[in-house]
Amino acid sequence: MCNGGSNAMADNNSSRADALGVSPGEVEQFRGYLMRYALLQLRDQTSAEDVVQETLLAAVEGGDRFSGKSTVKTWLTGILKHKIIDQVRRQSREQPLLQGEDDERSEADVIDGLFKADGHWQNFPANWGDPGNALENKRFWETFETCARLMPVKTARVFMMREVMELSTEEICKELDITATNCWVMLHRARLSLRECLETKWFGRV
Amino acid sequence: MHIPTCRETSALLSQTQDRKLTLFERVGLRLHLVVCTGCRQLERQLAFMRSAVKRYLERDDHPPR
Repeated sequence: MCNGGSNAMADNNSSRADALGVSPGEVEQFRGYLMRYALLQLRDQTSAEDVVQETLLAAVEGGDRFSGKSTVKTWLTGILKHKIIDQVRRQSREQPLLQGEDDERSEADVIDGLFKADGHWQNFPANWGDPGNALENKRFWETFETCARLMPVKTARVFMMREVMELSTEEICKELDITATNCWVMLHRARLSLRECLETKWFGRV
Repeated sequence: MHIPTCRETSALLSQTQDRKLTLFERVGLRLHLVVCTGCRQLERQLAFMRSAVKRYLERDDHPPR
């Protein structure tokens, strides 16, 4: 009967861990968020599903490591980020940033195509009115996803590391083994490509 | 004082989101923006795009009806 007593104590402990917000049901509600996060960065449904699944599993199994100092969401995002960075390292070994010349050259043309030889815009950026209105429109987000997908692979990789994972230029340089200047050039290209796409497919039509 | 072109300005506006510009760069950027509507639009659009990525992640797929 002593055993019964210690079991009851173990149950008590586990329900306390659950109370901190790490039960399977509670982490599950963040799956959609984690998937969007992983998919923007990895651009591959299977890899994204894998890292999210691993994250949710790690969270449930390691629930006792959740200190309650941050929100469950922040904690999950931290775990996911580590798993994504491992994937990005793998991707960049398979498709290094400074090789794959064709892609790089066509990406460089993006900026050249937007400006005249004297540095003026070919077409001035249009007035987007109050772009905040678009955020409430489901169809805008479909356009946003399309434009994110249309970004060239390596440009998108750097852009998402900066904007989704919120890594600093220094961290991105270290992960991808590129110079800071190179990183800024790629981010410039990424932002102007995305801008161009959103204007053509959405704001130019409103 | 070299006032940056639109192409250079677009690079500076982008880099504003990644590093602290030098005083020289900031002055050049402001001088250009005063006279250029197109680059002022770009400045607003870059800020919007940054917030849109965050909103996209946070967005609820199943809003209560």
